[in-house]
Amino acid sequence: MLKQIEGSHAIAETIALCRPEVICAYPITPQTHIVERLSELTRTGDIGNCQYINVESEFAALSVAIGASAAGARAYTATSSQGLLFMTEAVYNAAGLGLPIVMTIGNRAIGAPINIWNDHSDSMALRDAGWIQFYAETNQEAVDLHIQAFRLAERLSVPVMVCVDGFILTHAYERIEVPEPEPVDAYLPAFEPVQVLDPDDPVTIGAMVGPEAFTEVRYLAHHKHLQAIDVIPELSTEFADVFGRQAGGLIRPYRTEDAETVVIGLGSVMGTIKETVDEMRDDGVSIGAVTIVSFRPFPMLALRVALENAKRVIVVEKCFADGLGGIVVGSVRMALRGFSTPIYTVIAGLGGRPITQASLRQTFGDAVADKINDPHFLDLDWAVIDRELARGQDKRRSGPIAENILREMGLVGGKPV
Amino acid sequence: MTQRIKFYQTGTLTVGNRLLDEDNRTVQGTVDRSNSLTSGHRACQGCGEALGARYVVDAAMRAAGDRLFAVNATGCLEVFSTPYPESSWQVPWLHSLFGNAPAVATGVRAALRAKGRTDIKVLAQGGDGGTADIGFGCLSGMFERNDDVLYVCYDNEAYMNTGVQRSGSTPPAARTSTTPAAGAAPGNVFGQGKNVPRIAMAHGIPYVATASVADLQDLEAKVTKAMNIDGARYIHVHVPCPLGWGSAPCDTIKLARLAIETGLFPLYEAEYGDVTDVTPIRRRMPVEDYLRPQKRFAHLFRPDLDAEVLAQIQKIADDNIEKLKLLD
Repeated sequence: MLKQIEGSHAIAETIALCRPEVICAYPITPQTHIVERLSELTRTGDIGNCQYINVESEFAALSVAIGASAAGARAYTATSSQGLLFMTEAVYNAAGLGLPIVMTIGNRAIGAPINIWNDHSDSMALRDAGWIQFYAETNQEAVDLHIQAFRLAERLSVPVMVCVDGFILTHAYERIEVPEPEPVDAYLPAFEPVQVLDPDDPVTIGAMVGPEAFTEVRYLAHHKHLQAIDVIPELSTEFADVFGRQAGGLIRPYRTEDAETVVIGLGSVMGTIKETVDEMRDDGVSIGAVTIVSFRPFPMLALRVALENAKRVIVVEKCFADGLGGIVVGSVRMALRGFSTPIYTVIAGLGGRPITQASLRQTFGDAVADKINDPHFLDLDWAVIDRELARGQDKRRSGPIAENILREMGLVGGKPV
Repeated sequence: MTQRIKFYQTGTLTVGNRLLDEDNRTVQGTVDRSNSLTSGHRACQGCGEALGARYVVDAAMRAAGDRLFAVNATGCLEVFSTPYPESSWQVPWLHSLFGNAPAVATGVRAALRAKGRTDIKVLAQGGDGGTADIGFGCLSGMFERNDDVLYVCYDNEAYMNTGVQRSGSTPPAARTSTTPAAGAAPGNVFGQGKNVPRIAMAHGIPYVATASVADLQDLEAKVTKAMNIDGARYIHVHVPCPLGWGSAPCDTIKLARLAIETGLFPLYEAEYGDVTDVTPIRRRMPVEDYLRPQKRFAHLFRPDLDAEVLAQIQKIADDNIEKLKLLD
């Protein structure tokens, strides 16, 4: 049904349609509206016999999901930012045990400095924890990816994160097609676990494995991701057949035919990027874009094919690695190994800074002229950087950086110096 | 496939003596016990935890009509029972992490409830490190929500699996590899540590008990009782560790008994936060008798007797005896 609805609530209502049996929740902005709505739907009996557990930490939230999944239940939780890092040990564990848990990430920056706004530092920090990672471009896709996520997770017995940009998507009210129960039931069969606690067939789950087999166990987890490379497009096609709209898949090219410059990105920023591409195309610039929907497994071959004729590639990412540069770009370079295509990194939108079409246009223009630093930090305020660096040089006890900057901007502690 | 058990325990007072009435025999003393933790595991000789776990899980299986799931924290019990590619467990068994066994058990319970499988019970187990320290947040959450899980802590008073480091359950003056017998105040510091059974009671959960491998009849009875109660239940079992305590493997039961008889490890039961029953001390012993055979306390006796520290430890025992009226 087409609804004017908040992204979080649309996701929650879709999760409910996926018939989870155990939901565990710990509050953290900006995913809270999802679990709040799910608690309501559980109380009102809209999710059958689903058990909703309020836990004492994110570490416990995912641990409850691990126990529930190992006991054969379809398990779901959601988190963000610090919460995801707090459950890190369990994130790896769920993947290592091969438990098909689905978890929404309401993407948000990692502190310090504490910051509740959107970027991709959280899920990117756990990109190699063994989970499948989808990034939703729109709220409609967020809804649709969750349905595919349960199907994929359970088919391969691997956990799936659906990453949804905090606030930009989670808190946006818009028109979203929230599915009816029947097509979801048709698309998503009941959970048939490959391993389960069973009194009539006792198994040991989580045994210790030494050097004699650890590599093999790890390889088999990699093998599941390689299988997912084939399964994800299949499930996307099947989804289109059942629901009548496109969603998911590995990547989504946009006006890349004959494009000399191709911009790559993930998540909601792709809307702005596509607008910028259109604008530049109107001005005769040969430019296109590719959305990475599945970041893990990384669509190595699909991306290579999509980029093989590009003269340059720009990777826009909402995260970065100190002392290195981009994170996504490293995987893109892997896809293009053997090619000499210049690849530029644009770090943008950190801690919720708006990514404007004007700034993108300027930066893409510079890149098209091959006049751009790599990495380039979009809209970086050099005056602030220079002042703070100078302060550090003048004085050993120069104080906390975040507070210094805020004071200079007149945001705390009175007037600018 | 489950192995048939070998019925070899005869002629002792500790294990299901055939001379006892049928009704009074232990679960362990019967041929139809589930043998959930079967032989062949890698525990050390004289391991109190292996003994305790065997009694706990078999008694729990009996009480649950063999419909039991076990969740295990990382630790000695997990490591010695599941060396790849073997497993000693003949019960559905799940290990996730060191600090999350209570939450994993909650998840298992929730899954069973969602599926309407009320016939299956859930047992969670961990050592004192997994319980008092790293898993404490999850344990408190499980208690606070009154989740329908029996959690059993096997307390050997330090991190034995990683090489005998101090835990929140290590007794004062005990030498561990992180509280060495060196300096002006050798061994673990006085005035620190957690009393987890008391903290469990403070959550107001339906049942809390302490137990010991020195009284296996009592241990089985408490497990059986706990298994017939709904909600969060906690049993704290004292399990000597010959490796960590520096004691003879043959002295495990003797030391566990001395811990009870000195008053250092009182046995009691509590319901909804109040103590309901205590096991009286039959023959009171001085703490010195308990401490002297353990190398972790050797610095209290050599080169000179440390009367002051011994008196401090004796006072702890005396206070326990007085508070819980263990001599009445």
